Amino acid sequence: MSKVDMSVSLAGMTMKNPVVVASGTFGFGREFGQFYDISELGGISVKGLTLNPREGNPPPRIAETPMGILNSVGLQNPGVEGFIANELPELKQHDLRIIANISGNTPEEYGIMCERLSEAGVDMIEVNISCPNVKAGGLQYGVVPEMAAEVAREAKSHSSVPVMVKLSPNVTSVVDIAKAAVDAGADALSLINTVRGMRIDVNTRRPVLRMNTGGLSGPAVLPIAVRMVWEVAQAVDVPILGLGGISTGEDAAQIMLAGATAVAVGTACFVDPYAPLKVRDGLEEIAQRQGLSSVTELTGGVLPW
Amino acid sequence: MPMTKNCPITDLRYLTPDVISITVEAGALAEQAKAGQFVNIKCGEGLLLRRPISICDVNGTRLTVVFQVKGEGTKWLSRRQTGEELDILGPLGHGYDIPQGKVLVVGGGIGVPPMLYAAKCCDEADACVGFRSEKNAILLDELNAACGKVLITSDDGTIGAHGFVDALVRKALREDSYAAVFACGPKAMLKSVYLAAKEGNTPCFVSMEERMGCGLGACLVCACSVGGHYAHVCKDGPVFDAEEVDW
Repeated sequence: MSKVDMSVSLAGMTMKNPVVVASGTFGFGREFGQFYDISELGGISVKGLTLNPREGNPPPRIAETPMGILNSVGLQNPGVEGFIANELPELKQHDLRIIANISGNTPEEYGIMCERLSEAGVDMIEVNISCPNVKAGGLQYGVVPEMAAEVAREAKSHSSVPVMVKLSPNVTSVVDIAKAAVDAGADALSLINTVRGMRIDVNTRRPVLRMNTGGLSGPAVLPIAVRMVWEVAQAVDVPILGLGGISTGEDAAQIMLAGATAVAVGTACFVDPYAPLKVRDGLEEIAQRQGLSSVTELTGGVLPW
Repeated sequence: MPMTKNCPITDLRYLTPDVISITVEAGALAEQAKAGQFVNIKCGEGLLLRRPISICDVNGTRLTVVFQVKGEGTKWLSRRQTGEELDILGPLGHGYDIPQGKVLVVGGGIGVPPMLYAAKCCDEADACVGFRSEKNAILLDELNAACGKVLITSDDGTIGAHGFVDALVRKALREDSYAAVFACGPKAMLKSVYLAAKEGNTPCFVSMEERMGCGLGACLVCACSVGGHYAHVCKDGPVFDAEEVDW
């Protein structure tokens, strides 16, 4: 069998394979670098950054659910400057694309972060308008099309690298938000962020998460991600980074067939540090079995009834 | 360096009706393990997250964990059989830094198991252990073999002294001098042991617990307030200097 070309291009950013690790699940790569060279990955979307360092939410921050987890980390991070000074130089030692995931309290904050990160040499900026775990900003921007557009416009006008907007599934119409972001200049979209959820301890009658609610991720959300990627892919012309519950090559192939150009592996990294590499290998095997010369042939290849 | 490994079970035994000891052949994973570290064990296909369990003992390439059946994951683990393999990630976390001289190891309930390997790694150790009742007492023979003296207390007085473990710690620190106190158990117990150690001017190191995700320090869920900031139990801990923990 001939070798499958695994390289992809996401809004002009080329990657050796379509597998990225999702923001918040891989830190800044150091921990997983103990297991393998992270240059094996197509890219990394780093832990969500804010303008200033954040301590995050009080614990417990995690609850297990049927084939999923709820989290409410609350964007604990060293801030943009801390990232640029202490994490980016190490990440740049590796051969993979660096996507800076950012969250702001105001559109202006997004602009400032985009400028600093563009200068510092990240390959792409992922604008998080959809984190369910912070009170200000975040989710609100992700649920109103006009506000999503405002943030996308601000980010785009302050970036010299491609801007990808990360969409929330916690909306009435993900397509409306997607269109608003693209019309405002987004070069790519990533979806889905976590689905809002809650778990209650019946004995104590307390929510398991200290913040009461959190974001659901893991295999439980895969079908939601496949459906949303499919809907958005039909409505916009920009490439999509698809994520949500991917833990195997077959999961990744589904997301790509639904319309994604690349995929991100998130929660699966908690179960198996090698999950992103297994997804990559599984995807290659599927492409090979189907006689494809390039993995890009999967993108949007679904044959709907 | 942590690793993932499929480890065959060489021994599985019930220490009480709900506390189980599992020993696995873990090769290099066991050889690297330090006192106070933990392993993250996959509990079947239906449960997503691995279960973090403290290392109780290491003998060459064999590693022993002791856990209480609390939920679905530990129930699954308790039903394994000798010869079956466990998918283990480890060794993980920052364990006890072993000082020169004699150490007082202190365990409460299911916090007792990691104290066995901690005691074995020290030049010399004494132990203070507390249980709810005699029927919950575990690992006493092993601790007696590893320690100079083993002081016991129970909540109901059915074994050892009647009361809490911090009273034993105060007694031990009055009678002898120790390079450090190592403790593992419920948070309220850890705090009382810390205060007892502080009175006795002895450095105290405690093993903290928090709901965990990756076990590696990447997902940031196991936050624990230390020195006014959220540290992470899996990577910065589980062992912290009690003086720095925000009690």
